[in-house]
Amino acid sequence: MTLPFAPWADPASEPLIELRNVTKRFGVFEAVKDLSLKIYEREFFAILGPSGCGKTTLMRMLAGFETPNAGEILLGGTDLTPIPPAKRPVNMMFQSYALFPHLTVEKNIAFGLKREGTPSDEIADRVVDIMRLVQLTDFAHRKPDQLSGGQRQRVALARALVKRPKLLLLDEPLGALDKKLRQETQFELMGIQESLGTTFVIVTHDQEEAMTVSSRIAVMRDGELAQVSTPTDLYERPDTRFVADFIGEVTILEGRVTTASRGGVGLAVLEGAEDLRVVTDATPPSGTTAWLALRPEKVSISRAKPEADNAVSGKVLDIAYLGNISTYHVELANGSIIKAQESNRARSDRRDITWEDAVWVAWEEDAGVLLLA
Amino acid sequence: MNRTLGQRILVALPYLWLLVLFLAPFLIVLKISLSDLAVSRPPYTPQFDLSGGWAGVKDFFAKLDFENYTFLAEDSLYINAYLSSLKIAGISTIITLLIGYSIAYALARSPRRWRPTLVMLVILPFWTSFLIRVYAWIGILKTEGLLNQLLLNIGVIAEPLTILNTNTAVYIGIVYSYLPFMVLPIYATLEKMDESLLEAAADLGSSRLAAFFLVTLPLSMPGILAGCFLVFIPAIGEFVIPDLLGGSDTLMIGKTLWVEFFSNRDWPLASAVAILLLLLLIVPIVLFQRQQMKQEIGT
Ligand SMILES: Nc1ncnc2c1ncn2[C@@H]1O[C@H](COP(=O)(O)OP(=O)(O)OP(=O)(O)O)[C@@H](O)[C@H]1O
Ligand SMILES: [Mg+2]
Repeated sequence: MTLPFAPWADPASEPLIELRNVTKRFGVFEAVKDLSLKIYEREFFAILGPSGCGKTTLMRMLAGFETPNAGEILLGGTDLTPIPPAKRPVNMMFQSYALFPHLTVEKNIAFGLKREGTPSDEIADRVVDIMRLVQLTDFAHRKPDQLSGGQRQRVALARALVKRPKLLLLDEPLGALDKKLRQETQFELMGIQESLGTTFVIVTHDQEEAMTVSSRIAVMRDGELAQVSTPTDLYERPDTRFVADFIGEVTILEGRVTTASRGGVGLAVLEGAEDLRVVTDATPPSGTTAWLALRPEKVSISRAKPEADNAVSGKVLDIAYLGNISTYHVELANGSIIKAQESNRARSDRRDITWEDAVWVAWEEDAGVLLLA
Repeated sequence: MNRTLGQRILVALPYLWLLVLFLAPFLIVLKISLSDLAVSRPPYTPQFDLSGGWAGVKDFFAKLDFENYTFLAEDSLYINAYLSSLKIAGISTIITLLIGYSIAYALARSPRRWRPTLVMLVILPFWTSFLIRVYAWIGILKTEGLLNQLLLNIGVIAEPLTILNTNTAVYIGIVYSYLPFMVLPIYATLEKMDESLLEAAADLGSSRLAAFFLVTLPLSMPGILAGCFLVFIPAIGEFVIPDLLGGSDTLMIGKTLWVEFFSNRDWPLASAVAILLLLLLIVPIVLFQRQQMKQEIGT
């Protein structure tokens, strides 16, 4: 059995890229605040966060277009800060692609190799190989304005990849593509990354995309890292309400810790109702305010009170029908809303639940996550 | 496609305009160039006269000949004037390009909020008459002029320089006068250039200088070509600048034409000079238009 790829869990492994307390200011505005991060070789690292949180700024510092005001950026242990973009073993695929409009696809791709002074027969070979990889061979002699959006994006990718950089930066590379093409390209990207073994850092707005492609995800907020974890951890074990809310659909219930026993706490959410049971490693003192984050697919809905660790009653406020699944928005007595998701297999007992119905929502004590911030 | 009468008139109007204001005068000048000098008013023969009937018209055409053109070809003065015009226009265009490109580049890299003002400054000279501005250069360039006084006062030179009435003064005049026509089209191409292209070039390993020659320069080529034609074409036929700033030995075809027409009152020969000048200019103009067409198809 092979070990799963998880160099970040191994204290002995050396990071490829290390940011140490990096700060970037524009005037008085801090776009990146005292940020520290390690990215390992062969990772497919995603940076996710709301607009304006500093993702592009972080990438531009890695590529060398911005200089940090404080802190340092190390690549393989050496400080990158004094090295200009042209000399870094880092390539960036621009959000706007930034293809040279006066050059053909082939020449765009060969541009970087020519600058390095690679022998011309080697350039020709490498360009042909990479064009085959991204399926651009038929378009070699076209200019960028004679290509579709998806083809341009592949030229940009090929142009950055052909230099075989240690680190490839992708700033929202798939933003311009439609959903289907985007999904195809995501898989293409993963394939390429695996076959070349390059380290990828990808910025995206699209959390689904980040979950699909990456080995780890960093969630950024206001120039800081909110959490850095594997996609599964980020989804199942968010650290904060911000992260839980940012990744996927979630219900967040505010309550007060009543009892803290081994491995779990009781959380008073509703007046006069039983405390909710939550499994957690944390041992918050009773009386603390805490939040329960619940993924809708872990909550079931029924007319009769079910046998479950936690069950609360409410009224169906809204049903979002998504084809394969339906999401029920159930309003509790205190006005808060719990989302419950059911797949639409023909189960009449649930299918006939409709608006205004009195129902029970239920989940197990290990279904939710207790958040203290 | 069926067009209404109104549409036909609308389409016909520009052609009518060209016919009346370009083709007719051109034919008149062409006719004069084929005539002979005469002491009369107007000073050439034959004169078109319908009173002689069909025989008169035949007689009229019989009298037209290419004598003036043969004369132009035989006298080296005219050939030299044409060649010298080409040379002066060519060199001025290159100097204008070098200066104009630098100005346009600086404009395109200046802070965005300053750009409208700076562009205004480039076109500001147009608000004063061209003739007056060329006259002003006489005041600057003459022996006791502003430039010499300045250079003498700061001790760069001991003797005043003779610039006025030399070819140097003509170059200065042409470069100064036509600079905006070079700056504006180049600025237009540089300004719309995506700056991330330069970052991409740097990212792919090119120095700033390499990025300029590999990316900026090729992308500004349409502006460079437009600017060069806009300077070169009028500069060939330039008359005012060589007349006011040039010396007696400054040979330019526009000046020759003027002398033939007004001093020698040899209208037929002057017309032949004008027709040849036009033919000479048609080549670069056609080239220019083809370039423009290519660009339109390209985008
Ligand atoms: N050159 C600059 N001058 C001033 N402020 C800047 C500059 N570049 C970025 N900023 C600011 O820094 C913050 C972070 O910008 P950045 O481009 O990194 O955001 P982002 O996370 O990439 O956003 P998006 O997802 O919208 O691309 C923003 O508030 C932005 O306004
Ligand atoms: Mg961005």
